[in-house]
Amino acid sequence: MSAKSRINASRANDFVIRLANVNGTGSASANGLLMKTIFRMGVPVMGKNFFPSNIQGLPTWYEIRVTRDHHLARSGEIDIMVAMNAETYQQDLKSLSPGGVFLYDSTWPRHSVVNRQDVTILGVPLAKMCNEHFTNARARILMKNMAYVGALASLLELDREIIEDAVHRTFASKQPLLQANMDAIELGANYASEHFDCPLPTRVEPMNETAGKIMIDGNTASALGCLFAGATVGAWYPITPSTSLMDAFKSFCERYRVDRDTGTRNYCIVQAEDELAAIGIVLGATWNGARAFTPTSGPGLSLMSEFIGYAYFAELPAVLFDVQRVGPSTGMPTRTQQADILSAAYASHGDTRHVLLFPANPNECFELSVEAFDLADRLQTPVIVLLDLDIGMNDWMCDDLEWDDSYRPDRGKVLGADELESIESFYRYLDVDGDGIPYRTYPGVGRKGAYFVRGSGHNKYGGYTEDADEYQEVVDRLVRKWETAATLVPAPVVQRRKSAEWGIVSVGSCDYAVAEAVEVLARRGIHLSYMRVKAFPFSEAVTEFLHQHKRIFVVEQNRDAQLKSLLTLETDYPKERMESILHYSGLPIDRRCVVEAIEASVARGEAA
Amino acid sequence: MTFIAKPKIVHKGLSRNALGLTIRDYEGGMSTLCAGCGHDSVTSAIVQAFFELDIPPNQVAKLSGIGCSSKTPAYFLDASHGFNAVHGRMPSIATGASAANRKLYLIGVSGDGDSLSIGLGQFSHALRRNLDMLYIIENNGVYGLTKGQFSASADVGTKAKKGEVNEQQPIDPVQMAMAQGGTFVARSFSGDKDQLVPMIKAGIRHKGFGLIDVLSPCVTFNDHEDSTKSYAYTRRFFHPAVHADFVPPAEEIRTAYDDGEAMPVEMHDGSRIVLRKVSDQYNVHNRGAALDFIRSHHRRGEIITGLLYIDEAEPDMHGISRTPDAPLAQVPFEELCPGSQAMAGLQERFR
Repeated sequence: MSAKSRINASRANDFVIRLANVNGTGSASANGLLMKTIFRMGVPVMGKNFFPSNIQGLPTWYEIRVTRDHHLARSGEIDIMVAMNAETYQQDLKSLSPGGVFLYDSTWPRHSVVNRQDVTILGVPLAKMCNEHFTNARARILMKNMAYVGALASLLELDREIIEDAVHRTFASKQPLLQANMDAIELGANYASEHFDCPLPTRVEPMNETAGKIMIDGNTASALGCLFAGATVGAWYPITPSTSLMDAFKSFCERYRVDRDTGTRNYCIVQAEDELAAIGIVLGATWNGARAFTPTSGPGLSLMSEFIGYAYFAELPAVLFDVQRVGPSTGMPTRTQQADILSAAYASHGDTRHVLLFPANPNECFELSVEAFDLADRLQTPVIVLLDLDIGMNDWMCDDLEWDDSYRPDRGKVLGADELESIESFYRYLDVDGDGIPYRTYPGVGRKGAYFVRGSGHNKYGGYTEDADEYQEVVDRLVRKWETAATLVPAPVVQRRKSAEWGIVSVGSCDYAVAEAVEVLARRGIHLSYMRVKAFPFSEAVTEFLHQHKRIFVVEQNRDAQLKSLLTLETDYPKERMESILHYSGLPIDRRCVVEAIEASVARGEAA
Repeated sequence: MTFIAKPKIVHKGLSRNALGLTIRDYEGGMSTLCAGCGHDSVTSAIVQAFFELDIPPNQVAKLSGIGCSSKTPAYFLDASHGFNAVHGRMPSIATGASAANRKLYLIGVSGDGDSLSIGLGQFSHALRRNLDMLYIIENNGVYGLTKGQFSASADVGTKAKKGEVNEQQPIDPVQMAMAQGGTFVARSFSGDKDQLVPMIKAGIRHKGFGLIDVLSPCVTFNDHEDSTKSYAYTRRFFHPAVHADFVPPAEEIRTAYDDGEAMPVEMHDGSRIVLRKVSDQYNVHNRGAALDFIRSHHRRGEIITGLLYIDEAEPDMHGISRTPDAPLAQVPFEELCPGSQAMAGLQERFR
């Protein structure tokens, strides 16, 4: 038996750990360390944080999938539960898959609660060990986390050198903390190896599958996109889960945009009084020729709607990042959803439609944020990049980010002073080129280029109007511009299966779950083509894919089938031939729910 | 916002400023406001101020929100770019405009509805970040375009045209700005061009947020008896505390002042405002005392006008943001993009 097939037969490098913690107790850094260790052992890994909208005291979970085959979505299974929150013991025990391992703090044994027969219960007296070893009250709480990392190091056969190296890096400047962390790891590791049969079948074996990969969250990758695209003005109002995007932009700017000699900053970040102002600041800046952006989430997008419609009609570029969270209303701010698709597509009153981009991983967050600036400038309209909390805030394993130095921003049709000199007259909203995109000028350019930006009725010359024909001429031209947009936005990603009669359509962070489901279903004899849309308006390729299939499953993370609605409204594919698979609990979608829904549909004979 | 072209008649004898431009070069389209509207007087004061300051019109961007007052940027400086924002949100557009291009002179014209109701938050925060702009509120106590509802600046006891009496406390932008740390706070009357023109000039030159609250009567809905925002009331109860004469850089102060009366204030570009105190008790540099003075007179029904407070030392938004002197929008892309090597170096952080 070759080494590879032996691994495949085992559960090594193919399992899920869930860690149940209390928030505010320092578990996040321990869980991050665990995931980084697996990554640095060369093993592909996924990490998802399910955290409360709270600073201290509420339940929080972290899920790590060790995935030798690069399946970076949740599987829907839980093989090892590290239960550190007595309040959720029962729920955590229940969610463990049969044959799984339940590790809990046995300082206070809970025989009555921990009573499932089909799982292995491992008790580690974490609190007792830490209380005996540490004198400081805070350390006694914090070090329990490192102690379970130690126990897992033995149980999963993690590389202790890598763990210790990471601890060293983190606490290099804090010697006492460094020693305490090392001691705690030692305590847990020793206890596990003395009391349990280590390692477990679900263990980590070193691989070489993470070279050229990084672990990065989508908000950070988007911020890098803004930095590299040359954005200089960022305006925002803090809102979960988008806040870390501006935080990251700021820290990158501090590193790359500050003049070493003078201390002057080639950027201006305005923390606005609200989202209405944040988008206004963006528009004021783009009107004056800067690249500007605002990160927000659903509630912010609602507030921005009036100005988004203004920018559509007055034709001002703007880049918005909507890191979607669970709605409606305040909803669940720290949970994920894709429920702003329709409100973003048609944001604002009157006839408006907006360009949307849907990144599916941090690489695309980076690339599409650069593209968003180009499209916004080219089309003179708002471009909304729709992330979600899962992509935005979780660290995803992805390829190294790369930059092509030959890139130059596409600033679109802007007339400078010299160009104005060479033409007879300038009118702001004339369709000179027949693509629906007029020319614009920046303030300061001179009398010939001066015009009035307004959200009220205007004619193609830029003058105020209430004339029926003049008004209609302008809004009809905006339709031509929209058609041009459909040819400029990124094409969908299509995996066609030969002779597949059914297709799956999905979007954004559903991608890994759907791709894995397609593989699983193929092994079970159900063959599907897969298209992931990357942008709205839908390009011709989208409609073409739909029509190549008799039946389409639309997988998305909201209750009301918003992507399916958009496909219904904006393509001529018959609605009856589309079936929704919806996941909207607030947790990131898993492979299992997609597989089960399609199998059920096949069983009902609906898809066949 | 007008669609009536205004004929440009340039008489030979028309005086020219240092740029060789006549006052016609600072005018805009024909006003479509009601005949006698105070706003038109403010417009003409703005035209004169920019003309006299020798500012090239293309270096100005004019902004407004929604309402009668917000139509007026179409009536001046037609060689300047203009932005007619959504209701109450002009300050955020101005903030972005300034962030992108700090070299432009920004003038915003708003009204009491636009600034004190729907836009109170944005007004307040533009003040807070000491945005470098001139912000004029054409204050008439009513909503004109929607036909005469009270605005938030209507005084208690004032009677609407149809007889309704306002019982809610007014919001006074001047007192707000004084209390909130405003660096240039002024009040004037649309009918007093002698006071208004130098004040606008000073406001343009002020580095920071220059607020001028201009009582500008609405002849159609709020110029009757029992209105505290009428021409008649204003003429009777408005009292200047300070006269301000604007003196451009390199020009001598020619006016003769009595001893102790004149108080020159140096502006950032070297120009000066010479303040003449009308009242002995008034101190234009003492925020607390100035506010007390305004309030105590207000209780007696007197509205104090003039340049009421000035502080040239506070940093504006750009000072706080440490942005370079050149407009951010004009920084070459090569200086903004860290490039592929930096990107490669960054990757280690994420492993």
